[in-house]
Amino acid sequence: MALEKQSRAAFWVTVLPPTLWIAVFFLIPLGIVWAYSFGHNEGLTGVAITGTFDNYIRAFDPLYLQIFGKSIAVAGLTTLLCLIIGFPVALAIVFANEKMRPLLLLLVMLPFWTNLLIRTYALIAVLRTEGFANWTLAWFWNQGSTLAALVGLQPFPAYQPLELLYNNFAVVVGLVYVHLPFMVLPLYAALDRLDKSLMEASLDLGAGHLRTLFSIVVPLALPGIVSGVIITFVPALGAYLTPDLLGGTDSQMIANVIERQFKRANDWPFGAALSFLLMYATFAAIALRAYLTRGQPADGHGI
Amino acid sequence: MSDRPAPLEYNRLWPMRLWLAGVFFFLYSPLITLIAFSFNDSKRNIVWRGFTLDYYRKLFNNDELMLAFANSLTIALVTTILSLVLGALAAIMLWRFRFPLKGVIEGTLSLPIVVPEICMGVAMLLFFSRVVPWPHDLPWPLSLGAIIIAHVSFCFPFVAMVVRARLASFNKEQEEAARDLGASDWQAFRDVLVPHMKPALIAGALLSFTLSLDDFVITFFTSGPNTVTFPVKVYSMVRFSVTPEVNAASTMLIVLTVALMALMMLGQRKSNSS
Repeated sequence: MALEKQSRAAFWVTVLPPTLWIAVFFLIPLGIVWAYSFGHNEGLTGVAITGTFDNYIRAFDPLYLQIFGKSIAVAGLTTLLCLIIGFPVALAIVFANEKMRPLLLLLVMLPFWTNLLIRTYALIAVLRTEGFANWTLAWFWNQGSTLAALVGLQPFPAYQPLELLYNNFAVVVGLVYVHLPFMVLPLYAALDRLDKSLMEASLDLGAGHLRTLFSIVVPLALPGIVSGVIITFVPALGAYLTPDLLGGTDSQMIANVIERQFKRANDWPFGAALSFLLMYATFAAIALRAYLTRGQPADGHGI
Repeated sequence: MSDRPAPLEYNRLWPMRLWLAGVFFFLYSPLITLIAFSFNDSKRNIVWRGFTLDYYRKLFNNDELMLAFANSLTIALVTTILSLVLGALAAIMLWRFRFPLKGVIEGTLSLPIVVPEICMGVAMLLFFSRVVPWPHDLPWPLSLGAIIIAHVSFCFPFVAMVVRARLASFNKEQEEAARDLGASDWQAFRDVLVPHMKPALIAGALLSFTLSLDDFVITFFTSGPNTVTFPVKVYSMVRFSVTPEVNAASTMLIVLTVALMALMMLGQRKSNSS
């Protein structure tokens, strides 16, 4: 039948382009990285794929284990800070009136749409030795000093700028800055679904705000919290730009080590193995999220 | 009646307001100072010395930066067109047909959204240096091919996601009616399905344009010395120092992105109200 033939043609026209594209320009490149991770350097530019596990064994060398551990710790701390900072924000959006709610959501989303590099650069200008943070602190220091002199005390010694940039502190601040919207949006989605009358009941029955929060709101919003935690943790773990620009020599994260293997160190097979370890860690976190939030309605934020 | 806040009016409690103010100060003060100091008449970038547009003038006379900007816009435009076509086809494929391995393909299509950027960057570096070496001496738009391909790979799954969500609300009877009235596959697609997908296509286009324009990590691994994009160029400037010129360049990009997002939201509001 003509119609049958036409439908079949429509099927192939629809299926082939996206499938081929994803296969050729995504799966094959990843497959090559995977193959490289079982190889070793040969000569200056050659790589022999020998099926060796040496690269993975090397990744468990204490030096690299420590960087993995550190990346997990930094991403974990970032996630925790985002949760603490973001929870009241999500709560405020949920309880805002009709007019304010879209505005607050927009205010949370807007930095998210600003280029990551630019946001990081903006933080450099704030945190550097002659940046705004130190400038403000110096101003308060000098005012305090003048005040001390006025009441007859010894004036303070000259202000020593704090080292706020190129260390782990800066990396965590930068990661929190960048990832806060990742946390607030799923939290908002979860809290919005919450039955507010349960909170009212708890308050009516005499529980305080904090008790209501921890015994009613948190348990009910737990799937959303888990979602937010993992959605924040995953990109923080693989962050490259923030530790690269804000970190010092001792604040390298796993992505920076991968980059170095491919650029300066020129050890592509080892870099490939590290990439796949990072990818396995990411998939494990995503699988954990799917497992912990099973049976929950999707929160509409695909990211 | 007293004016005390009701139990659930959290936003009228002062600690809550203070917290919100603090968070928004944290989020916005770096960006606002960045924009403000792009107009500052001083190299030192910390004390306000008066308004100037000098750094924007310098920016427009900086050929390398302008070329990088043109590269970025070209890449974003071509990426958006390709991503729209591929993303719409992928969405229709997953929505309309049943076929073996559908689950596998569906999962694979969502992979570029979750794979860490650095891993994808590295994969593209390997692919374009060892497997399909992209010639460096191609004439201008073609030389950007490798970057465009890499961008399409991570943009079109987002388009597919947005379009598919929209297709869920499509009434298949409309298409059947068109067929009954004698429309061919192509006519039914063009005159019934595409108009329904239109809001999602616009949203998807703006999404992929922004994603492509903003991408640094993946581009960093695929760009060569002659194919520098705007973020890659800004990166090399940032590494060098904090200057008002970088502020001006950043401000331009912020304004562009915010304008695109505003367009997208206006479009969504329009399609919701109609």
